[in-house]
Amino acid sequence: MSTRRTRRDFLCGSAAIASSTLLPMPAIAQAAAKVVVIGGGFGGATVARALKAAEPKIQVTLIESNATFTACPFSNEVIAGMREIGAQQFGYDKVRAAGVNVVIGTATVVDQTGKSVRLADGATLPYDRLVLSPGIDIRWGALPGYDEAAAAKMPHAWKAGEQTMLLRRQLEAMEDGGLVVMSSPANPFRCPPGPYERANLIAHYLKTKKPKSKLLVLDAKDQFSKQGLFQKAWKELYPNHLEWVSLSNGGKVVSVDAATNTFTTDFGKHTAKVGNVIPPQKAGHIADLAGVSNNTGWCPIDPVTFESKQVPGIHVIGDATIAAPMPKSGFAAYSQAKVAAFAIVKLFAGEQPSPPRLLNTCYSLVGPDYGISVVNVYRTANGALAEVEGSGGVSPADASPDFRKSEAIYAEAWFRTITGEVWG
Amino acid sequence: MRAAIVVAALALLSSPASAASPEPPNGAAACSACHSTNAAAQTPVPKIYGRSADEIVAAMAAFRSGQRPSTVMGRIAKGYTDDEIRPIAAWLATQK
Ligand SMILES: Cc1cc2nc3c(=O)[nH]c(=O)nc-3n(C[C@H](O)[C@H](O)[C@H](O)COP(=O)(O)OP(=O)(O)OC[C@H]3O[C@@H](n4cnc5c(N)ncnc54)[C@H](O)[C@@H]3O)c2cc1C
Ligand code: HEC
Repeated sequence: MSTRRTRRDFLCGSAAIASSTLLPMPAIAQAAAKVVVIGGGFGGATVARALKAAEPKIQVTLIESNATFTACPFSNEVIAGMREIGAQQFGYDKVRAAGVNVVIGTATVVDQTGKSVRLADGATLPYDRLVLSPGIDIRWGALPGYDEAAAAKMPHAWKAGEQTMLLRRQLEAMEDGGLVVMSSPANPFRCPPGPYERANLIAHYLKTKKPKSKLLVLDAKDQFSKQGLFQKAWKELYPNHLEWVSLSNGGKVVSVDAATNTFTTDFGKHTAKVGNVIPPQKAGHIADLAGVSNNTGWCPIDPVTFESKQVPGIHVIGDATIAAPMPKSGFAAYSQAKVAAFAIVKLFAGEQPSPPRLLNTCYSLVGPDYGISVVNVYRTANGALAEVEGSGGVSPADASPDFRKSEAIYAEAWFRTITGEVWG
Repeated sequence: MRAAIVVAALALLSSPASAASPEPPNGAAACSACHSTNAAAQTPVPKIYGRSADEIVAAMAAFRSGQRPSTVMGRIAKGYTDDEIRPIAAWLATQK
């Protein structure tokens, strides 16, 4: 409890007095507490609402660059023409109605000692605790030849929106017979099964709309999420439309040339009609500015509170964190946001947050009516996150078509439910 | 500036009258990613909020043992012991 906060308690005296008859001493600070959240995605919008629901007296401000959020889960379906981009988009009216002060703007400075955030328009917001859920940024230049200009020609589509539509339009405009090439990065990156779901759905598009075309996936890895299930499905569904080249087989892309749509590996060059580069990534840039990322580009956190291990008073959740074995998923960000919110309420009240149990499920569509999933339950152990032994796992290898269809239906239901909880 | 004014306005709005909701038991907070807390939501995933605690405990035990077939719940239920499920079920029952 800093002297600064004590002073602010007096400034917000009325709320503090109203609660002081009911609550013990440390809770007085709570009445005046200010939390600023940067990023209104899966993690940020969730933590803002969860804080407000758990302790309405906390003043919660959510800073988000875009008035409309475009969700990545199910954006692969948009690329494959199975869904429209509008179904991915959400506004902040309900978040505001829940009592969160939503500010559309970009955070550009975090003053750790003065405990405030400055926005691009010059506004300054003081905080007692800050939560960052900025998602990812592309590590421009880490893959030689891949910079922002190159992305306008060879989309990454790893942040949903205009990039998603660019890749879709390129596929639609391609003549039948054209080669599509996708490159997939080394770990860690946002949505580990995402490249393979995308590969399936592009292959499905080619098979049904451009049957003489083919997708080549060049991978910087030998192993990936739900691999057995994906590979089984590829054999079954897309034997002529999808080829995966692993790291060991020379799949690692070492440079790209946007002028010619060329991917170069140590073993040769592949020139694509449509090129999708899923590039190396890092925590959103504001994490660097706030001093919470380390030399890996990601943010070390305490797994009980999701407070930065580098800067006290700043919590980080979602893709930006180092939370392995939890993947960088929207579900994980949601799960972490709830844990962080309850921890912050306890910290304000001077109580000890309890070690959490977290959940993650990633659904992927392999084709229409064919869904697969990976589930994990996590606990804390030795200052890190660990899987609860015997829990979780992937969908059965020998499941019936009905089971796969159920998972496709539940996948869509998951998206509607989680986005309803976060933005609805 | 604009933001600062909004913050100040909100401080006036946030009345201390609205009660804090109790913290869900460990491991219960993320069930809502799949099970909607909105009773009116149209979804094939069954409702679990406001259900009887005994029903939840029994369902989780049956999912865990495999006696009740499931797509994901068997894999999730294996992450919780009966002792861990009971407070979750009791809390779910209070969430109408
Ligand atoms: C193709 C694809 C498919 C996916 N499928 C799934 C799936 O099926 N299931 C799943 O669980 N996950 C999926 N994901 C992963 C999921 O999208 C991310 O894990 C999730 O969005 C992470 O949440 P977050 O809060 O960390 O970041 P985000 O949701 O990206 O939110 C970050 C927000 O912060 C804002 N922001 C950043 N910096 C600033 C700043 N300085 N000032 C103001 N605002 C800022 C951004 O505008 C953005 O809105 C998929 C991802 C991709 C790419
Ligand atoms: C990934 C999505 C998902 C998550 C997360 C999830 N569930 Fe489920 N739940 C389902 C689905 C789907 C079913 C239907 C059975 C099946 O196919 O697994 C179900 C069924 C149930 C049922 C049976 C309800 C009935 O009417 O019989 C209970 C109880 C339940 N879940 C409890 C929970 C609890 C408690 C949690 C959190 C610890 C949870 N679920 C998390 C998807 C989920």
